[in-house]
Amino acid sequence: MRRNGEIMTSKFRTKNVEVYYSDKKAIRDISLNIEKNIVTALIGPSGCGKSTFLRCLNRMNDVIENCSIKGSIHLDEQDIYGPDIDPVELRARVGMVFQKPNPFPKSIFDNIAYGPRIHGLASSDNELKDIVYNSLEKAGLIDEVKDRLNDQATGLSGGQQQRICIARAIAVSPEVILMDEPCSALDPIATAKIEELMNELCESYTIIIVTHSMQQAARVSKKTAFFHLGDLIEYNDTDKIFTQPENEKTQDYITGRFG
Amino acid sequence: MTLPISFVFFVLLGLSVYFYYHAKSSIVRKAAFLGKRSKALPSHYGQQSFLWAFIPSFLILLVLTIGGPNYIDQIFYNKIQELNPTFNESFVSLILAKVINVSNGKISTDEETIIILAKDYKIAFEQLHFYRGLVVILCAALLGMIISYRQKPGSNAREQVEKFIVNIFFASAVIAIFTTVAIILSLFFEALRFFNLYNFFDFIFGLHWAPNVAIRTDQVAAEGSFGMIPVLLGTLLISFIAMCVAIPIGLFSAIYLAEFATPKIRDFVKPTLEILAGIPTVVYGYFAALTAAPFFRDIGFSLGLDVSSESAIAAGAVMGIMIIPFISSLSDDVIRAVPQSLRDGSMGLGATKAETIYIVILPAAIPGLVGAVLLAVSRAIGETMIVVMAAGLSANLTVNPLDSVTTVTVQIVSLLTGDTEFDDIKTLSAFGLGLALFFFTLLLNIFALSISRRLAERYD
Amino acid sequence: MTKTSIKSRRARETRLKAYGIASISFALIMLATLLISIGLNGYSALQQAYFKVEVSIDVEKFIDESGALNNKKMNLFNWDSLVQSALIEMFPAVKDRDEKKELFAIISANSGYDLKETVKSNPLRNGSQNLAVWLHLSDDADQYLKGRLSIEIPEEDRRISDKQIAWVDSLVERDIAKLKFNKTFFTSADSREPESAGILGSVIGSALTLFVTIIFALPLAVMAAIYLEYFAKPGRITDFIEVNVNNLAAVPSIVFGLLGLSVFLSTFGLPRSAPLVGGLVLGLMTLPTIIIASRASIRSIPPSIREAALGLGASKMQAALHHVLPLAAPGILTGTIIGMAQALGETAPLLMIGMVAFIIDIPTTFTSSATAMPVQIYMWSDSAERAFYERSSLAILFLVAFLISMNLLAVVLRKKFEKKW
Repeated sequence: MRRNGEIMTSKFRTKNVEVYYSDKKAIRDISLNIEKNIVTALIGPSGCGKSTFLRCLNRMNDVIENCSIKGSIHLDEQDIYGPDIDPVELRARVGMVFQKPNPFPKSIFDNIAYGPRIHGLASSDNELKDIVYNSLEKAGLIDEVKDRLNDQATGLSGGQQQRICIARAIAVSPEVILMDEPCSALDPIATAKIEELMNELCESYTIIIVTHSMQQAARVSKKTAFFHLGDLIEYNDTDKIFTQPENEKTQDYITGRFG
Repeated sequence: MTLPISFVFFVLLGLSVYFYYHAKSSIVRKAAFLGKRSKALPSHYGQQSFLWAFIPSFLILLVLTIGGPNYIDQIFYNKIQELNPTFNESFVSLILAKVINVSNGKISTDEETIIILAKDYKIAFEQLHFYRGLVVILCAALLGMIISYRQKPGSNAREQVEKFIVNIFFASAVIAIFTTVAIILSLFFEALRFFNLYNFFDFIFGLHWAPNVAIRTDQVAAEGSFGMIPVLLGTLLISFIAMCVAIPIGLFSAIYLAEFATPKIRDFVKPTLEILAGIPTVVYGYFAALTAAPFFRDIGFSLGLDVSSESAIAAGAVMGIMIIPFISSLSDDVIRAVPQSLRDGSMGLGATKAETIYIVILPAAIPGLVGAVLLAVSRAIGETMIVVMAAGLSANLTVNPLDSVTTVTVQIVSLLTGDTEFDDIKTLSAFGLGLALFFFTLLLNIFALSISRRLAERYD
Repeated sequence: MTKTSIKSRRARETRLKAYGIASISFALIMLATLLISIGLNGYSALQQAYFKVEVSIDVEKFIDESGALNNKKMNLFNWDSLVQSALIEMFPAVKDRDEKKELFAIISANSGYDLKETVKSNPLRNGSQNLAVWLHLSDDADQYLKGRLSIEIPEEDRRISDKQIAWVDSLVERDIAKLKFNKTFFTSADSREPESAGILGSVIGSALTLFVTIIFALPLAVMAAIYLEYFAKPGRITDFIEVNVNNLAAVPSIVFGLLGLSVFLSTFGLPRSAPLVGGLVLGLMTLPTIIIASRASIRSIPPSIREAALGLGASKMQAALHHVLPLAAPGILTGTIIGMAQALGETAPLLMIGMVAFIIDIPTTFTSSATAMPVQIYMWSDSAERAFYERSSLAILFLVAFLISMNLLAVVLRKKFEKKW
């Protein structure tokens, strides 16, 4: 979409977002726009609120007791905390991949097919099969698992499991995929595969990744947001953040003074 | 035409299943007609129709099935009373029972009025069954149609179905509250009727228990005396004996299992003790009455002591054996919940294992152990079959373990298993005892549970 | 100084260990004593003394116009005298009336009835026919043959006289009386005569009762557990529910019986002695057990599974029913088995709702009068006849064996499905 010669690519617009666990403020006053079809990385030391912020984007925090949120988050101009929004529908649009690979203890096929089934995306078995195959293909997994779709997903290696989780998220055809430290439980080779996958996927999906590894952020993301103690310190192009950060704290963090 | 409950139920089920498929296909049609995607899956609309048609009608069926016969009985009770107002309550009930039995064909009679009443009674029942079936089936059909008509592709059937189900889940959880309330209310009201006939303080503080009410019913409580002290004392005596057996053996077993036993021994002993815990109490009762009681009597005889054949010690000792696994498994859990760091700290200072146990672990575990013992006491007090089979019936005011004593539960059983009327003072006094038993154990349980909860929080 | 003190410190440890071993050994020895004493009491009930009687039966007498057996005609016939005259033929010397009475006491009082039932179940042939039927000896003769009646004590203190002993011995010598497998015990319901009493009635009563219990308690418990784990908002109501559940698990079982008596029987007017009521009472009693086990099982499922489902846009309900519940099912099943074992062994509440009645018929519906296995054991061990003791013991052996296998099944299931996430 072009307007006034400028590309309007904002997917998420958050304004003054604050999250409380009971009375404790976990993040405060976060306002940032996340662009469409790129990878955005959220970095910062542990406990800085980056995961909390990520979970606000598909309302996964709703599940946690005593968690309350202030401010506004818009997805394509729609307030996702608005009264007419069903968090269930929202999560179909904003998928999520978790820190630890968490495939269901079911077959590979059933893992991928679960989302399309509950959302009624396939009107026939063949259609469902197509969705499963396409998702596996997009996740770069089809060659590895096509002969054992009926095997337990939990029997796969960690990296494969995580890619199953990515394929599972893709199968619902979301617009955004949130990834919460998706590689922290994986070895370097599996990590490289997932990073490569992110590069491919960001052509069709908006990807937001939380990572504790600055190298990973530098490798995969186009934009990076640096969080510290619940504050958004700096948000800019990844190149800029890693070469000439504007804020001293960012500088300290990426040079390894703390974290 | 009679409609038996099973028939009505299956028609109801069939109707509801029909509405499931009906809603499923009609929502697809409606969506196609409007050119929209339905907000939820077709099966959700089906589930909604099923639940809306089935659950309310099913509840109506339950209410009519339970309440209907009572209502009819009440009508006939009034009818009989109108026929002859001089009859007193119990006589009217007697005639009603006769009418019911005649109408069932269980007995036959030549009394004209009863035959007519029985006929009417049978007709009333048939009518009840007919209308019950009619109401339930119509209700299901109507609700099913209404909900199917109202379903639009834009309505979120999934959300509505889930809200409905959550409410059903909530109702299931609330049954726990209802049960407690029902226990308290039923015990309380029956006990209240008892205290109308018998002085409350005489019951609580009376030293004489002899519920042998005179044969004539108008002699209300003239002969029977219901002082619960001897019964309570007997209960406490037997529980005390049981605890003397169970506490040391249970605790030492738990300490050994938690701190000394090799995994192999644990794997053998724990399930074996669980078997001990899984043996029904009636079996312990049998053992107490037929093996333990003669055993103690013989020992007493050889020592020159006079041991009753229903001695408190036999019942108490066997009850203690029954409670050993209860104490040992609870205490085992408590001891193992003491953090390893405490053990390491003590052992690191050069303490022996025994010293660590005595000085560090047991003091840390004391609240939990007290909780376990209190739960065990509550269990001993409420235990029924062992004492029914091995303890006595006569309430002796004694603490001699070789004598025969009686307990609260024994008295409840003996008062309620006879062929007495429900309104009889003996029957009602059992509820008085039941109320006392319930509150006694309730206090112990709440106290024990709060102690162990506090311990759990401390080491969380 | 240190040396002796270390010695005494070590001794203290040894002592503590010894107490532990002694305690456990005591518990195990008691378990063994219990089982062995009951086993020794009960094994002999597997056999029953039978005697063979040959009678000639004129089938024509019992046939109606259509050629089928007529029950009424059969019931009117004096079967007892048929058996008795056959018995007298075996002992022609017995003439005196009192002596005859004494003789008839060595066979079961139900002999005539048993003979009739045998004839009924035999294939029908025309004309008169000779039948050789094995019928029960009386319980006293049975106990004597098993050596359970001591004959050293004076005759007037015994339940069986010298004459009767001689007759029984003579029957055994002639090979027309012997101990055979006690089929009756497994195929009939209770009876006033020990030799005709069996456990089938109470087994079926227990089965019907437990069926009601599980149908009632399991769904409610699972729904309550899911509610408490996933949907309950923390607050007073939830806390109150939890306190109630935990407390109900420790309420004496007899109190549930009182509840059943005053609510189900006198308020709702449900039938006395019915498996329906017994099942409901036991259901209320086991409900907390299953709720607590189900909650523990649900809680052991890692939250990541639930999060995965929620992240895909599944609702809370879908995540719970599609993913958590199937994974928690083995744990719930284990809890249910343990709860059912508890319910199966429970006696006291059933006494309160009248399931303690003497019932000769095998129950067929949920509202017919019935008794349950533990109640049957209780009633038999309360009886005067020695032969009921051994039946009681045998019934205990079966009940305990069944309960132990239920508990073992629970242990095996738990081991098998114990997953490390």
